[in-house]
Amino acid sequence: MRGKFGLPSLPVRGQNFDLSRSGENQKFGRGLKNFWVHAILIFVSLLSILPFIWLLSTSLKGSGENIFAYPPVLFPQDFTWENYVGVWHKVDLMRYFINSMIVAAGTVLLNLILSSLAAYPLARMEFKGKKITFFAILATIMIPFQAIMLPVYLITLKLHLVDTVNDTMGFIGLIMPFAVSAFGIFLMRQAFLAIPREMEEAAIVDGCNVFQVFWKVLLPMVKPSLAVLAIFTFIGSWGEFLWPSIVLTKETMYTLPVGVNNLQGMFSSNWRFIAAGSIISTIPIIIFFLAMQKYFISGENDGAVKG
Amino acid sequence: MFKYYGKTAPYLFLLPAFVVLVIFFFIPFFQTIFLSFQDYSHDIYNANFAGLQNYLDIIKNPIFYKVLWNTLLYLIVAVPILAIVPLFLAVLINREIKGLTLYKILIYLPVIVSIVVAAIAFKWLYAEQGILNYLLNVLHINSIGWLTDPKYAIYSVIIVTIWKGIGYYMMIYLAALMSVPKELYEACEIDGAGFFRKHLTVTIPHIMPTIALVTTISSISAMKIFAEIYVMTKGGPLNSTKTIVYYIYEKAFENLDLGYASAMAVLLLIIVMIFSLINICCFERGKYQV
Repeated sequence: MRGKFGLPSLPVRGQNFDLSRSGENQKFGRGLKNFWVHAILIFVSLLSILPFIWLLSTSLKGSGENIFAYPPVLFPQDFTWENYVGVWHKVDLMRYFINSMIVAAGTVLLNLILSSLAAYPLARMEFKGKKITFFAILATIMIPFQAIMLPVYLITLKLHLVDTVNDTMGFIGLIMPFAVSAFGIFLMRQAFLAIPREMEEAAIVDGCNVFQVFWKVLLPMVKPSLAVLAIFTFIGSWGEFLWPSIVLTKETMYTLPVGVNNLQGMFSSNWRFIAAGSIISTIPIIIFFLAMQKYFISGENDGAVKG
Repeated sequence: MFKYYGKTAPYLFLLPAFVVLVIFFFIPFFQTIFLSFQDYSHDIYNANFAGLQNYLDIIKNPIFYKVLWNTLLYLIVAVPILAIVPLFLAVLINREIKGLTLYKILIYLPVIVSIVVAAIAFKWLYAEQGILNYLLNVLHINSIGWLTDPKYAIYSVIIVTIWKGIGYYMMIYLAALMSVPKELYEACEIDGAGFFRKHLTVTIPHIMPTIALVTTISSISAMKIFAEIYVMTKGGPLNSTKTIVYYIYEKAFENLDLGYASAMAVLLLIIVMIFSLINICCFERGKYQV
């Protein structure tokens, strides 16, 4: 509790005794309060991970153990890795992982490029139709993908961006509807707005043209925003389920969410395999999250994006 | 500052993004409206102009009201919880205590993990002989069909959405709490205010805009729910978990009734746009000023 005792250090006349006593009390009170804070936070943390823990536990139980045992058993009695080996051999999880990587990488790259390109004139230039452009982009924030997904699908079909044509077209079809977002454009625009004008002026005096100003001067200065955009776009793309489950027809093109959902159909009641497959599919994103945690939990990017 | 760019430069920079937005946002937007006046129910390849027929069909369809009610239920149940619980947690976590980062990581974890895996994990908890029914039995309550009883199924699905959103909104609140001046709390403590009075008189008034923001964004995302339902219940049992987006999906991609699906989509568009407008005009104004 920063600053909690900021005041007692001030010379408050005649209250020394009172203050020290209340200090004692507060120390005791604080210990008690912290106990409850920890108790609640531990409880909520447990609730947050319990579903995964139970899934993990099931995935490690061998065929000799009843996964419907009553009462439920948390620690596997017949510990085994065989469910992992089994699901790894029966389902091409590696393929799904690679597909997800391709789609996420493509989506991130396009978002970085298209958003910063579009944001630059919106932040720095005067041109005819600026206001209209601005509101048109803003309007897309209000259009939920779920409401327009049918025509998006029809257009994607018309452009042959589907996996029935070939894999490359399939990937392009998965990526393109999410290649740019108003969120990204506005995020980058804010970043450009924060750069002092003198930077550009100096570059122009040095003989840069407008593209060089953008590429060599401005872009390097907005790297932190680019990182935020990249990370949140990556998470969004990685978890995307609706669009791939609409467009994909070939199992070899499945992304992880679609493939994992498909486990349910493949192993109808074999929860050991479903659990093992789900856990495997979660490992990459957890590693990513832990590596990038400061972007998520520093509290500075006030909740950057959500589907 | 002197103008260092040509007349065409701004448009060149905007062009790539605009091509994508036109093809994948604006055309589909207008096409949705157009399709909602078309009749595809007899022949998927030859549509007739249907006027308002699709809308009339929707109004007469009892399932539509069920779907609307489910979506509303989602809002009524999920939104208040997602506006209040994360705030409470953010207040708790907004201090220097041991294990702070670990708590944040664990509570944020559900946000990061794919909704499909989350839904599968919960489906397993909800199983007939699953761990949740066991807990009920321990409390001397009979097992319930978490996902198979039309009475409970929608709440079971809502729980997943709430569980997955808590950490996300907690971080939004946490960012807002950092902007509350520390002196106010100190003044409060000198007055001898307790935990609840301190936060009721200082925190809540200060972060009211954030509470409103969380309310609107969680409303918007509650209306767009799809994966939870697709993975866990497919809208069943007896349409008890069917929400608008799932119904649109079913009509469009399973029944191939494009006109009807589009009319539903237009209704969704209208509702979401109202919420978004409130959001943009009232709470996120600064972000979007020309």
